[in-house]
Amino acid sequence: MLLTRGLEERLEILLKQGHLVGSVYRSLGQEATAVGSAFALGPGDWLAPSIRDMGALFVRGLDVRDMLRQYTARGTSLCAGKDNITHFTVPELGLLGPVSPLGTQLCVLNGVALAFKQRRQPNVCMTYQGEGASRTGASHEGFSLAAALDLPIVVWLEHNRWAFGTRSDRQSAVEDWLDAAAMYGVPAESVDGNDVTAVYAGARKAVDRARAGGGMTILVAETYRMHGHAQHDAQKYVPAEELEEWRDRDPIDRCEVALHETGASAEELAVIRREVAAELDLAVDDVLAEPGPEGEEARTRVYASADLDALVPWTRGPVPGYGDLAPHLRAEA
Amino acid sequence: MSELRETTYLEAIRDAMAEEMRRDDRVFILGEDIGAYGGAFKITEGFLDEFGADRVIDTPISEAAIVGAAIGAAHVGLRPIAEMQFIDFIAPAFDMIVNFAAKSRYRTGIGAGLVIRGPCGGGSRSGPFHSQNVESYFANVAGLKMVAPATARDAKGLLTAAIRDPDPVLYFEHKFLYRRVKEMLPIDEEIVVPLGVARTHREGSDLTIVTYGGMLYKTAEAAEAIAAEDGAEIEVIDLRSLRPLDTDAIVASVRKTGRLLIVHEAARFGGFAGEITAQVSEQAFEWLDAPVRRVTALDTPVPYAPALEDYYLPQVDDITAAARWLLAY
Repeated sequence: MLLTRGLEERLEILLKQGHLVGSVYRSLGQEATAVGSAFALGPGDWLAPSIRDMGALFVRGLDVRDMLRQYTARGTSLCAGKDNITHFTVPELGLLGPVSPLGTQLCVLNGVALAFKQRRQPNVCMTYQGEGASRTGASHEGFSLAAALDLPIVVWLEHNRWAFGTRSDRQSAVEDWLDAAAMYGVPAESVDGNDVTAVYAGARKAVDRARAGGGMTILVAETYRMHGHAQHDAQKYVPAEELEEWRDRDPIDRCEVALHETGASAEELAVIRREVAAELDLAVDDVLAEPGPEGEEARTRVYASADLDALVPWTRGPVPGYGDLAPHLRAEA
Repeated sequence: MSELRETTYLEAIRDAMAEEMRRDDRVFILGEDIGAYGGAFKITEGFLDEFGADRVIDTPISEAAIVGAAIGAAHVGLRPIAEMQFIDFIAPAFDMIVNFAAKSRYRTGIGAGLVIRGPCGGGSRSGPFHSQNVESYFANVAGLKMVAPATARDAKGLLTAAIRDPDPVLYFEHKFLYRRVKEMLPIDEEIVVPLGVARTHREGSDLTIVTYGGMLYKTAEAAEAIAAEDGAEIEVIDLRSLRPLDTDAIVASVRKTGRLLIVHEAARFGGFAGEITAQVSEQAFEWLDAPVRRVTALDTPVPYAPALEDYYLPQVDDITAAARWLLAY
């Protein structure tokens, strides 16, 4: 959680310094849902984060440099500079990235879960969507198919109250988002999304059930998006008292209190904070020294065959059969 | 010499899938009513018994979820075939195809080798939602491959190649041809037709007609009529693949004949004929002796009543009229 928050704070600074391409999408206030849930997965399992679940990626073994490379559009990034944020897929780490049209990712993760089931492989998939994303047709189709086919998958419905600038009561008439999960006929539970141990416990139960052949579980994380949609969003539509109320439930503060209660000393926690800061210092220095992609790489990797990719560029080059000059000019030259 | 068997276009599709499923246990099929019912056109009849419910998967009426699951399964090494009950119903899966399948390799380096296939085309009196040709909707999307077989051999060979291909392939099967087109095919010999390679259906020196799918037969009929009545020889090119498009074959033929007519069943505006015209204009302008012309469906939805649909679809007379106009130019 500290790594997530620390990296996002660095990213905001790097954005102001002009090092980033695009904006920063914070998971402020939601770090516990991503981090606690990812700890419930085991080797060979797959995880499909939304843009606000960066913390889950680090739990699954992603290097913070990879996130920095994404945000700085480096040629060395997992998307080779062709896409941003958490939009990468890394089979070796069991990570499936989202695309911006929401709800679609669940449909794709279903295919991974289907493969696990077909191969009798005891692995599990986990994914996340905000309550806004869950209103898309693709999301509904994804839930329906996963439930009907009894797939080993755990889906978090992150009820973070805001989808960009729209409050969750404009996404659905349900008051309790558990009711939105009820129609799929699979086990569903509500979890305090700002309590990392409660998140872990809920995830663990669901993951164990899926691994044992019990199929899909939907978990509703009650949480709050403490930042605007992205850096350009000053969140003017959010009542100040609501933010105050949820600031008191900050997942990192609550975790610290819990750690103190179980005997961790202030010094131990300070050491963790220093280590995180040092790791981020190093990572930022490394990544800023790495090169961006060359422009002509824009035409590569469209197809598996480089021969097909080679058909792309001539819109900018000589016309096949003609060369650089039109025939009458060529005759004069 | 292999033993030959009369095989319909529909049986060729069925055989290609069954043979690949027997050969490679990574191949599986998912879609609506394909298992217990055997498919709306009975293409997958018997598949559930032979391959089991793990590999012949009945899904909810959820085209986005069908294509999405195919993408995810492809990511982890399976070879999915996603059936659209009618290709018209590909519309709800548009997002999955355009934003997920087509862009996956480019964005992430992880490809999505899958086949999305379904019955397309008119002539069976099925109205606006069971008759469409959707290739132009996807023509502008990099990362996709598209094929539209006209013969039973190509139906089988292109599907086999598509299943083995590492990129997403949209496979458009013309339902009017399902049981009308048949030919003798070897029963114990693999047929693989490479993607991206056109076939010269009929050689000629006076005019090139480029076509594909259901329009091949009307085009061939027009070419034969003109050969018999006018003595002109028309070269008919069956594209077979729409993306990659075999521009070399088209350009070579146009450089030989100097005249080009493009015939397709999809609507005119923004269709493949426009793209082919542009490519020929760029690469064979000096060889052209006449304007490039197009015979296509109307720029309207596909109508239902027989008189309306016949008027909507390109007919043999439309092709012969355009061909004669070009030959006389």
